Amino acid sequence: MAKVTSLNVNGRKMTVDIDSSVSLLSVLRNDLDLTGSKYGCGEGQCGACTVLIDGVATRSCITQVGRVGGKQITTIEALEKDGKLHPLQEAFIAADAMQCAYCTSGMIMSASALLAKNAKPSRAEIITGMNGNICRCGTYERIVQAIQIASGQAKEVA
Amino acid sequence: MIDEHNLIDEIEVERYELFDAPNYNFHFDRRDFIKAFGLGIVFIVPATRVLAQQRGQGESGRGGPNQNLPKDIEAWIHIDEKGEVTAFTGKVEVGQNTRTTLTQSVADELHVPVSSVHLVMGDTDLTPFDLGTFGSRSTPTMVPQLRKAAAAAREMLIAMAAEQLNVAPGDLRIVDARFLNHDKSKTLTLAEVAKGRKLVKVIPDNIAITQPKDWTIAGTSVTKVDAKSYVSGKHRYTFDVKRDGMLYGKIVRPAAFNASLVSVDTKAAAAIPGVTVVTDGNFIGVTAPDQQTTIRAANAIAVDWKSPGQVSNKELFDVLRKPATNQRGGGGEGGGGGSRPQGSMADGLAAADKKLEQTYTVQYIAHAPLEPRAAVAEWNGDKLTVWTGSQRPFGVRTELAEAFHIPEDKVRVIVPDTGSGYGGKHTGECAVEAARLAKAAGKPVKLTWTREEEFTWAYFRPAGVIDIKSGVKNDGTLTAWEFHNYNSGGAGIQIKYDIPNNDIRFHASDSPLKQGSYRGLAATANHFARESHIDELAQLVGIDPLEFRLRNIKDDRLRAVLQAAANKFGWKPTPRVPPATTSGGVLSRLGGPTNLPVSDRGVGIACGFEKGGYVATCAEIAIEPPSDKEDKTNRRVRIVRVVEAFECGAIVNPRHLHNQIEGSIVMAIGGALFESIQFDDGKILNPHFAQYRVPRFSDLPKIEIVLVDRKDIASAGAGETPIVGLAPAIGNAIFIATGIRLRSLPMVPRGLTA
Repeated sequence: MAKVTSLNVNGRKMTVDIDSSVSLLSVLRNDLDLTGSKYGCGEGQCGACTVLIDGVATRSCITQVGRVGGKQITTIEALEKDGKLHPLQEAFIAADAMQCAYCTSGMIMSASALLAKNAKPSRAEIITGMNGNICRCGTYERIVQAIQIASGQAKEVA
Repeated sequence: MIDEHNLIDEIEVERYELFDAPNYNFHFDRRDFIKAFGLGIVFIVPATRVLAQQRGQGESGRGGPNQNLPKDIEAWIHIDEKGEVTAFTGKVEVGQNTRTTLTQSVADELHVPVSSVHLVMGDTDLTPFDLGTFGSRSTPTMVPQLRKAAAAAREMLIAMAAEQLNVAPGDLRIVDARFLNHDKSKTLTLAEVAKGRKLVKVIPDNIAITQPKDWTIAGTSVTKVDAKSYVSGKHRYTFDVKRDGMLYGKIVRPAAFNASLVSVDTKAAAAIPGVTVVTDGNFIGVTAPDQQTTIRAANAIAVDWKSPGQVSNKELFDVLRKPATNQRGGGGEGGGGGSRPQGSMADGLAAADKKLEQTYTVQYIAHAPLEPRAAVAEWNGDKLTVWTGSQRPFGVRTELAEAFHIPEDKVRVIVPDTGSGYGGKHTGECAVEAARLAKAAGKPVKLTWTREEEFTWAYFRPAGVIDIKSGVKNDGTLTAWEFHNYNSGGAGIQIKYDIPNNDIRFHASDSPLKQGSYRGLAATANHFARESHIDELAQLVGIDPLEFRLRNIKDDRLRAVLQAAANKFGWKPTPRVPPATTSGGVLSRLGGPTNLPVSDRGVGIACGFEKGGYVATCAEIAIEPPSDKEDKTNRRVRIVRVVEAFECGAIVNPRHLHNQIEGSIVMAIGGALFESIQFDDGKILNPHFAQYRVPRFSDLPKIEIVLVDRKDIASAGAGETPIVGLAPAIGNAIFIATGIRLRSLPMVPRGLTA
């Protein structure tokens, strides 16, 4: 079986020794101890495992690690820099856009990919862009507001 | 203030939420506290009478040999030498923000900043026994208990500080964790008072707690505790727990429910390097150093199961109408949520101008918590430690002790703040499985359920059938109300309508699927049936549904939320709509065959009461065209706008309450419109998010919340009751738009006319 021996994760080269067919999510969580990306369904249906591959929001649970060997992988752990939260992370707190927060990493990663493509998405564009992510606690409205805050389109939230 | 003791007496623990009383409980004595917490001061809160009774009859064994400590302990608070405050409670955090609620309540009572209060939750070695986090009980029971502890601690600390400062206790107060005398000439910090102490104090029973009108930190929108660790991905859920030398586990599941093992061949799996195979009765599992190998090993096991023929959705409601043969599932006829009949149904129906009999049904639905069940089990000699996301850590401890025939004090269950539960994580099956694998492997084992396993091998919100027979006078006065709930449960079955003749019963059935608690439980089904039926009666006598309700409800709190929701919504009297009929498969309306117009809108209202919370919901829906893949005659229902008014006494955290209500409304959309477990012959047919649709961003209506704050009433929990009003409000709105009365949940799993 083909092996993957190195990965570029969060700007660092990581040495691994993994069958190329293994899911990226499993490698991140079990081998690299980057547990911020979550398992929610293993089928690409819920978005809890979302990471960026060369800047594109990708479901790591259905991505074989062999396909991302030479690419830049960004996980939730990379967003906070020197103890300072990313504006999206700050906005999620400001909007109270979480309850159990198990979906939050995936939401923030999907939102960061959305804002990278579209700096000021409309409400409809946010809903379309985020529709692959499930928040079973139902905090969707607050997540929309958090994205609006992070993109400078809203300030206060009830 | 309404006394919380009376409130507890009033509220029956739902049958599906409480299984057996624990048969053994860990005990502490003073030395244990000193050993566990080190220097500082521990304040112990004895349990209230009612809670002690709920936990089981007679001698509980808690309290141990030291008779100076109370038998039942509800909570304790420790103040360490640095002045940091740690409160201990057996409650758990599953997204309902109880950690924040309790933290701010302690801070409020102790007059210290929120940041200096920490909560240890759901750890059976460190926290007092607790029945579980369910039934919206954390706020009404745990908040007052921790407040009592904090209030007593405050007074005792003031006495100690007064002694140190040589002033009268009456001259001292605590402001922001500092003791100050009248002119601030003498001050001490909390740390300076706690330093070098080794004290365990039992708080007096009669201590007064701060009333809501005097709250300073409680009653405000304190930010979610630990929010930063969540948004940065640092919080460790059970799924993220790691232990040295940890292996991964996988269970080989039976081919169907109730299947028995015919044969199993594990040779090929056992030959894989690093794999341990465990077979024990029907239990078949494997462990390996990595997850991929567990999957390979599980697939290599040849196994043959024999499954009995089993019920499918098609027969479900006929099955549920039959009385239970197994009494474990319920309290039997008239038991549980029912009540003694009042008046006479015969008289009530005789007095009516119009009578109505209708049947309503609800399908099984799944909790689908985004974090599926998971457990990490570790044996150290004869002591077992399990990390698992459960709403009943002490219940799981009992399950583990029973499964392995060991005393409960040899089992420690630790519940990391969990990726939601909604009543779906009361049981410890994953913990037991992980512990069985770890025992065989001789190393710590992590077992994480797949989404398919969570959909299949957990349990469901009970399905149910509800029959209602009623009578009403032409002036809108309700005269008779007969209500039979088969299987779904007794929660929310009681009426706030003033009906002199009523007979309300719950009937236990043999459920074909494993069923259990769920957010709001049967209150959703019972409110759906009742509030739909009330709407039908209002239509029957031609009275606006809001007016009809107000004419029959005397309860001021319920009237207040109804009026608050209606005002915010801009409720206008709805027309009398002729019911649609179907003839030869063609939907007829207004006297002739018709396709439903696409632009139609409808509004609906519903109200209810459960677990100390009062709710009223107004909804507007739109009838929309089908998707490209569907028949052109199909119509979709889109929820345009929801206004919900909610009152649960004094509000502890307005923003989090707002968030819980929004979340309840969104979750309710799934059960109202499209969520339904499909099953046949012992198998779940839709155990994936691709097949079991849950609400997504695109389902989001405009949501407006009206919070009714009653500072004169003790706070009730709010995580559940806001879910009950949506389904009937939507059903009633669909009727106004179309003339179609939908009496089954989910209402439109494939669209309105499919």
